[in-house]
Amino acid sequence: MNFTLHIWRQKNQRSNGDFKTYELENVSSDSSFLEMLDQLNEKLLIQGEDCIVFDYDCREGICGACSLVINGYPHGKQQRTTTCQLYMREYTDETELWIEPWRADAFPVLKDLTVDRSAFDKIIQSGGFVSVHTGSAADANTVLINKDCADDAFNSATCIGCGACVAACPNTSASLFVAAKINHLLQLPQGKIESKTRAQKMSKAMFNEGFGVCSNHRHCEAECPKSISVSNITQMNKLIGWS
Amino acid sequence: MFDNRPTFEPTGPLQERWKKHLFDLSLIAPQNRAKHKIIVVGTGLAGASLCATLGEMGYHVNSFCFQDSPRRAHSIAAQGGINAAKNYQNDGDSVWRLFYDTIKGGDFRARESNVYRLAELSVNIIDQAVAQGVPFAREYSGYLANRSFGGAQVSRTFYARGQTGQQLLLGAYQAMSRQIAAGTVKHHSRSEMLELIKIDGKARGIVVRDLVSGEINSHIADCVVLCTGGYGNAFYLSTNAKGCNTSATWRAHKHGAYFANPSFIQIHPTCIPQSGESQSKLTLMSESLRNDGRIWAPKNSQDCSKNPSDIAAADRDYFLERLYPAFANLVPRDIASRALKNICDDGNGVGVKIHGQRRGVYLDFADAINNLGEDKIREKYGNLFEMYQRITGDNPYKTPMKIYPAVHYTMGGLWVDYNLMTSIDGLFAGGEANFSDHGANRLGASALMQGLADGYFILPQTVASYLAQGKFAKVDDKHPAVIEALNAVKTRLERLQNAPKPKHSPDYFHQQLGKILWESCGMSRKGAILKQAIKQIDALQIQFWQHIKITGIDAELNQTLERAGRVADFIELGRLMCADALDREESCGCHARTEHLSKDGEAQRNDEEFAYVSAWESGDKNAILHKEFLAFEFIQPTIRNYK
Repeated sequence: MNFTLHIWRQKNQRSNGDFKTYELENVSSDSSFLEMLDQLNEKLLIQGEDCIVFDYDCREGICGACSLVINGYPHGKQQRTTTCQLYMREYTDETELWIEPWRADAFPVLKDLTVDRSAFDKIIQSGGFVSVHTGSAADANTVLINKDCADDAFNSATCIGCGACVAACPNTSASLFVAAKINHLLQLPQGKIESKTRAQKMSKAMFNEGFGVCSNHRHCEAECPKSISVSNITQMNKLIGWS
Repeated sequence: MFDNRPTFEPTGPLQERWKKHLFDLSLIAPQNRAKHKIIVVGTGLAGASLCATLGEMGYHVNSFCFQDSPRRAHSIAAQGGINAAKNYQNDGDSVWRLFYDTIKGGDFRARESNVYRLAELSVNIIDQAVAQGVPFAREYSGYLANRSFGGAQVSRTFYARGQTGQQLLLGAYQAMSRQIAAGTVKHHSRSEMLELIKIDGKARGIVVRDLVSGEINSHIADCVVLCTGGYGNAFYLSTNAKGCNTSATWRAHKHGAYFANPSFIQIHPTCIPQSGESQSKLTLMSESLRNDGRIWAPKNSQDCSKNPSDIAAADRDYFLERLYPAFANLVPRDIASRALKNICDDGNGVGVKIHGQRRGVYLDFADAINNLGEDKIREKYGNLFEMYQRITGDNPYKTPMKIYPAVHYTMGGLWVDYNLMTSIDGLFAGGEANFSDHGANRLGASALMQGLADGYFILPQTVASYLAQGKFAKVDDKHPAVIEALNAVKTRLERLQNAPKPKHSPDYFHQQLGKILWESCGMSRKGAILKQAIKQIDALQIQFWQHIKITGIDAELNQTLERAGRVADFIELGRLMCADALDREESCGCHARTEHLSKDGEAQRNDEEFAYVSAWESGDKNAILHKEFLAFEFIQPTIRNYK
């Protein structure tokens, strides 16, 4: 496979970026999207050019490090998939790819395709936890949890913190990310006690970090690699009293 | 039991050792704890749980990770589950049984005292995780669900679908985040430790490169804890995350920390085979697939390129069922992995040719689908089948999966004593970064248990005791040792960027190293091949420093520079892995020495000569071996037999 790649290059947070065009030949259809970029970087290195910086780590769809908006779609065209699990065979009908970083004020570009997502960490620090000290827990089976609640909590807890929801949202809202954590802990008796203050603190932190509000476009749900439902946002709104 | 240094070893009844030791450890009063600064490197299960706990106790913690957030550490990728001796299923489990299984599973190459403590603490981990809101699987009654895992005869594994590591790590990350908000933990993401600072024989700090700005800074503390994971990525292709590296542990080793059992590497049988030579990593599929899938390869090598549906039943070799009729497709990881590799080495593998050899065998669900129905299989393995299809483009409901072993976990690591302190005073190691509990082979669902036992329950106590006993002179960044460490890092970075004849990328060298290690220091080893591998690695090291090519500058984000530094350390560690494998003239745990197999190909362990931990001290050219002999007071070593 041969591709014309238009890739966002930006030296650092302070400078302006621009698309730069590269031709890449002999890409295997069995390559992952990131391996295709590895191949390009290998070529750039041999030519003596600065390699393209992009975030990745586990390359199995769970760490949440990889990002990239590909032809307008966060994590590319395949649904329920992170960029690292996207394979070039999905692009047999396209030869021109536009590759950009997440675009959001709260996620400043650090270099090329890499953005700073520490705003997500700050939101969790504001209240995304159960306030329990190590060692103070009772036997795990003393508190029974309804299986449906446990399954619901799990579904919300599968968020990988990648930020695709923010990149997809016209308002760059982090509502899905915030609501998923609020709802995960709300479903469990251990997390219920602090649920209201937690929701207030986390949503406040979201605004302080520069994310926008939710106005029900639902693009976040469509682009979420873990299929986290917007019903989490409904739950959050109910809890805070926004609905 | 060490040949050259006194080491604390607990004595007395096994059940009482940790309790007694806890009482003997020194304490620091709550009002004095904030005066002590502790550095924790790595934020996986061990690091994050340790930061959270030390912060709650009131210590002043500085933490570091190279990822963009502590939540991304590779513990997140653990699928299967976490063991705990709760005996909730009333099937005869106990702390003693978990201890016994772990010692036996490790093929009698781990310490009894440490492993017993691990089994004992396993129950507290589950309580703690549930209290944090970790959504473990539950029964309709509301009670916690368990499953049997990795061939265990009891159901002691707790799990959160196939994402147990993710959920446990997020629990620890959230607890750590709470301490960051409280101000006890100061965290630094995108920061890589590149050097240890040692003053008067004690670990007192680290040198860190800010991966965004490229700035090199020193950080001083009263002690340093490394929770920086394993070194499986030395093989280039492994199931580890791309960033996993040995640099922190290797820097520590160069400063005098012993590296223990570096050749103890776990190779997992059920991974998706390599699809081409440009592949960047291997993906593990849960070994639960072996419960219903049948493993086979073509009997005749001329069938290997055929479509599997065109190979007649009589021409299929269900080799695990043939070789191990009792356990068949469920033999332990090491036995399955070795059998798979032998089939492929004999020319009966399937799939694409890599370096001239087909590396894969079939894992076939046709019989299971016939017997149980496709719906039942979908319910059990739907997410795994989907993942497989996404990666390979093949539909496993219609055509058999292909699998091949891949490097997955490293039992070896920094040598630590019962307090998890390395051979450098004030330098501790937790989680996969230490060697402590898994012997020569780790059981399924035990890695998460060990990381969290170290971080939540062991290190907070032993680190505190170390701090209580010591006096820590004030050190500033003008101290000669600090300047020396900073200069060492700068010199090394300059050298990496200014090779005499820059020609090849870090990945080029990493792939070469991986190939040498896989052929020599993988599942089966041979003295002559290991000796040759050491020579090849020496040559590779010279080539590396001659020809490493890096573009871009060091004063900004430069992933090529990061990779080059890690590869340089992997090359040195790779040499030590081979030296350790060469020394160990026995087949043990995950590893077969081909000179030490019985006539029918079974592993021959040699307890008389090799019941020791190999603890390697860094030397000028060759590392120096110290032997810590293992005593088995409570369990008589037996031979593993799965025939």
